[in-house]
Amino acid sequence: MIWLDTLVQGLLLGGLYALFAAGLSLVFGIMRLVNLAHGDLIVLGAYLILGIGTATGLNPFLAALLALPVMFALGMALQAGLLNRVLGEDILPPLLVTFGLSVVIQNGLLTAFSADSRKLPLGPVEAASVPLGPVTIGTMPLLTFGSAILVILALNWLFYRTALGRAFRATSDDPVTAQLMGIRPQRIFAVATGIALVVATIAALYLGARANFDPSIGPARLLYAFEAVIIGGLGSLWGTLAGGLVIGVAQAFGAALNPEWQILAGHIAFVLVLLLRPRGLFPRALD
Amino acid sequence: MSALLQVSGLTAHYGDFQALFGVDLALEPGEVLAIIGANGAGKTTLMRAITGIARVSGGTITLAGAPISGRPAPDILRAGIAMVPEGRRLFPSLTVEENLKIGAHARRGSGFWDLERIFALFPVLKERRAHPGTALSGGQQQMVAIGRALMSNPSVLLCDELSLGLAPVVIREIYAAFPMIRDSGTALLVVEQDIGQALKMADQVHCMMEGRIRLSGRPQDLSREAIHDAYFGVSHG
Ligand SMILES: Nc1ncnc2c1ncn2[C@@H]1O[C@H](COP(=O)(O)OP(=O)(O)OP(=O)(O)O)[C@@H](O)[C@H]1O
Ligand SMILES: [Mg+2]
Repeated sequence: MIWLDTLVQGLLLGGLYALFAAGLSLVFGIMRLVNLAHGDLIVLGAYLILGIGTATGLNPFLAALLALPVMFALGMALQAGLLNRVLGEDILPPLLVTFGLSVVIQNGLLTAFSADSRKLPLGPVEAASVPLGPVTIGTMPLLTFGSAILVILALNWLFYRTALGRAFRATSDDPVTAQLMGIRPQRIFAVATGIALVVATIAALYLGARANFDPSIGPARLLYAFEAVIIGGLGSLWGTLAGGLVIGVAQAFGAALNPEWQILAGHIAFVLVLLLRPRGLFPRALD
Repeated sequence: MSALLQVSGLTAHYGDFQALFGVDLALEPGEVLAIIGANGAGKTTLMRAITGIARVSGGTITLAGAPISGRPAPDILRAGIAMVPEGRRLFPSLTVEENLKIGAHARRGSGFWDLERIFALFPVLKERRAHPGTALSGGQQQMVAIGRALMSNPSVLLCDELSLGLAPVVIREIYAAFPMIRDSGTALLVVEQDIGQALKMADQVHCMMEGRIRLSGRPQDLSREAIHDAYFGVSHG
């Protein structure tokens, strides 16, 4: 019974990791850009939600709703003003620029909010739980997990059922021929990064609600996200969800054996999956 | 009064290598202009320069009097020039139908060509609409590429070597669509290595060699010898 409970806790934690990873996966799938500042952008989102909540008195859920369009605009501006300039054949410049961005965001947050730990105050829902058969599940982890599924469903719908998604896929396949269709790849990339930051904001809400955060925790979130994307297979959104779940479950079982093993167990799972399936669980047929 | 598409003194470079040396051509509405020439003559470079995919180093290009050279490819598409690129270049992640629809990505309002009209032109595509574009035979892929370009309702359609790698019967099937495309009012600029096919369909033929147009005229006015010489660079006495 304890194992079942651990499994469920792991899956729920995996939902959070999938949320961390979904935006990263989307951006990588469309423009082959690895955004090293992704974790810090999630933390930035958490501070934005906190700031809006403090300024308006709204609860974090409503504050996050207000933060969504702000983060979308920030993503568009970031891509149009900075990242589009360094995208190209050479993969090094975008890595350097997003690494620099990561440092800038961390230091900016440190200056603005200090190194103190913060938490998004959710109120009573934090302690609420629902009994589900033999296990009891926290309401917040359940919401997180449900949101992860919804986000992946929504991104898949966008990707495979809309004109914008068609343009995403065409640009990802062949940016030169896409221009012959009247597609402006740089604009497509800006919208994609905008959407990635919307997802990052949703991740930020659950990150900040689950545990304390401070300006320095971004890179570790990036690492989990990165591992989830690679376990799932680069560019596959369902794969990214699966990758998040693998890491979450591994961490939960690691922690059940010895609390100090939680993080390590996740990394070991990552290495094992890569040894057995070097292209991830759901590699895209074409790349 | 300038032509619908007017190219004057066009030059293009790849680094230090000059690929086009002052190319001139003019295309009138509803006209078919064929460009023939051996491998490496610069035909694809000319097409890519007109669509904005390749950078132009000199000369001018106008569409209906408006200068378009140097503008980004998506703008030139919007101005009314579409291309069926060499090698077809369908999007592998898109189905046949999605490949067609993406051709209309920039389109505002309606025009002659829509999905139903493309399916009427190439009925086999309707049956295979849900397949990945790249799962089709070469000839069918070429039909998708033509349909995709038509979906933007261009005033000028550029076709780069439609016959490449296709069996003669398939080539005939594809060129059988040309009368309907002409009738829709679209002017055609067609690069073709199949000289017989080019002479059969064109109002005007240009023969290119080493980045220059060496010979031009109406098919009925060009002798086999003249074409042969311009194509292979031989000159008699
Ligand atoms: N990307 C490139 N970089 C450098 N040189 C190029 C490039 N593309 C083409 N060239 C050169 O430019 C010249 C013209 O090439 P282009 O592809 O326009 O010829 P083409 O007439 O279309 O030939 P083909 O019949 O083989 O398609 C050739 O000498 C070719 O080697
Ligand atoms: Mg060519």
